[in-house]
Amino acid sequence: MSSRPDETFNPPSEVLLRVEHLKKYFPIKRGIVFQREVGRVHAVDDVSIELRTGETLGLVGESGCGKSTLGRCIIRLLELTGGTVMFDGKDISRLSRRALRPMRGDVQMVFQDPYASLNPRKRVGTIIADPLRIHGDSNRRQIRERVRELLELVGLSPEHVNRYPHEFSGGQRQRIGVARALALHPKLIIADEPVSALDVSIRAQVINLLDDLQDELGLTYIFIAHDLGVVRHVSDRIAVMYLGKIVEISPAEALYKRPVHPYTEALLSAVPIPDPVITAQREQIVLEGDVPSPIAPPSGCRFHPRCKYATEICSQVEPPLIDHSGTDQASAGHLAACHHPLNVGR
Amino acid sequence: MAEQLLEVRNLKVSFRTEDGVVRAVDGVSFTVSEGETLGIVGESGSGKSVTMMSVMRLIIDPNATFEGEVIYKGRDLMSLNQAELRQVRGSEIAMIFQDPMTSLNPVYRVGWQISEQIRAHERVSKQAARARAIELLQAVGIPHPAERVDDFPHQFSGGMRQRVMIAMALSCSPSLLIADEPTTALDVTIQAQILELIRKLKDEFGSAVVLITHDMGVVADVADRVAVMYAGRIVEMGSKHDVFYDAEHPYTWGLLGSIARIDRPKPRRLTTIRGLPPSLINLPPGCAFGPRCPQRFEMCDQVPELAPRAAFDHTDACHLDPTIKRNRRDRTIHPELVEGTNEQSA
Repeated sequence: MSSRPDETFNPPSEVLLRVEHLKKYFPIKRGIVFQREVGRVHAVDDVSIELRTGETLGLVGESGCGKSTLGRCIIRLLELTGGTVMFDGKDISRLSRRALRPMRGDVQMVFQDPYASLNPRKRVGTIIADPLRIHGDSNRRQIRERVRELLELVGLSPEHVNRYPHEFSGGQRQRIGVARALALHPKLIIADEPVSALDVSIRAQVINLLDDLQDELGLTYIFIAHDLGVVRHVSDRIAVMYLGKIVEISPAEALYKRPVHPYTEALLSAVPIPDPVITAQREQIVLEGDVPSPIAPPSGCRFHPRCKYATEICSQVEPPLIDHSGTDQASAGHLAACHHPLNVGR
Repeated sequence: MAEQLLEVRNLKVSFRTEDGVVRAVDGVSFTVSEGETLGIVGESGSGKSVTMMSVMRLIIDPNATFEGEVIYKGRDLMSLNQAELRQVRGSEIAMIFQDPMTSLNPVYRVGWQISEQIRAHERVSKQAARARAIELLQAVGIPHPAERVDDFPHQFSGGMRQRVMIAMALSCSPSLLIADEPTTALDVTIQAQILELIRKLKDEFGSAVVLITHDMGVVADVADRVAVMYAGRIVEMGSKHDVFYDAEHPYTWGLLGSIARIDRPKPRRLTTIRGLPPSLINLPPGCAFGPRCPQRFEMCDQVPELAPRAAFDHTDACHLDPTIKRNRRDRTIHPELVEGTNEQSA
């Protein structure tokens, strides 16, 4: 599998991943012997997305909005409650673990915490070689070669193969995590908050690395993050999630220029800008209260209790995702789920 | 000008470890005036937390050694005994910590924890202290404070717990509030709420605030003056406007450049600070930022003094001539905005 030729990358227009009506509910159980289900956490509720080869989709939202759960469902680290995941034209949402195995190399994940995601007892060389040994058919010499190649690719010295994770800084560990994810020539990489545990100066290095790797290897990314600045920098399209639903999805620049959903507007206005004058001048929308519980999400539009534009209809009817694309090419495919969309000429 | 509240003179904190002496804080001096907000910015390991923890005398480690003076309202805090310190802590200087999950005691009710502090410093009845606790919860924006006062910390969300921490810190109307990364663990929308609250309460209670953060955006929002720390030293200090618009130290440039800003056109690549922060056991000779600095020249082999170079109350620790820096700065902070840029490294 490691000998897959690089030329087989699909042309950029091809759909690599199609997620339809994905649902993930976590049951809440009570009782010692006879466990009854007393409630459900609606972590991801009816989410559909499409991802083309070579594209980066940013997933943003506050903690608890279901962005990580969505990522884990796509990679089948979690079982779906409903919906389908089509990867490379194949439905992988119902495959057994065994049948899934050949696909595992195609979709890889980079985790948030570079301290917790690397086994402290294994040497870096072993960590990166593990996927090759499990999935590949290469011999030891080939594996050693590939590990060196991967270390160089992510900007680490190949001499470091025999070191342990604790000998590296946070940024370097995240590079090791990236190298491991790249080992099997994946098509899709799901990066779950890959830079939020890192310091600002190191963050920029890792983002640039991910950018370069995408250009070099033609990777497709799902980039999960809560930092809207970082997401804008890496993404082609961005999906904003709130309480398990996508409330707005749009080409990256269009989302920042013309947010349609009030939640997106509030989220953008809360991002601190490192410029005292601009910060003093701009009007911040401070959202009241916290995100409601996903166990019993609000009726109608889930954002309505915190929304300053909410009217009666918002608490009764759930708004569908509808097209609010602008006239120009750059904002095509701008969808939002709101009864009172902002910034739309009507 | 307001009266000087706190003066830290040449504070040095080092820890003896198996690998050698860690110079966590290496000669830090600054002042805080009444009612002002000082933002201390720096990456992890730059010594910003250790500095303020030492001011509070909260570091109890037999391997730690302290040097220097911390003058608070004319008294040297470094020479006080535990009983005297207890008078200062809480009632004169209060502190909010980063993680609101671990800084509240999970087995005591929230109201009890607030009134404990009031009763430790003032001779009031339990009932009166409880009534004050409810008032404080109201002041920090907890809905239905009379009912929530008897809740346990786990019944509160992260943002609400941080509000409780703030209520507790303000319970004795301290003259100085130290906030150590108060919003780092929170979502942006909640961060905006908490920063708004700190600003409001500062006006109401008239406390001075020292805000420790790694986020330049947060500083731009709430600070009056800014100190930038690197490897245990302050490398630049001045008014917010000086530091943001007239940054003198190449490290500050790097920090400003590596942020993915949402209010600017997207740069093709983020500016990075090359390399890693130095080990505090073996600091590089001369300027600690030297090995990572693209502007490095011969003089950098000597440790630069923190001195006013550009303006009277704007100090920096960089040997480079301010007039030369003018030309190089914009190229470093946002090369894409400067036309006709050619990559330059020394």
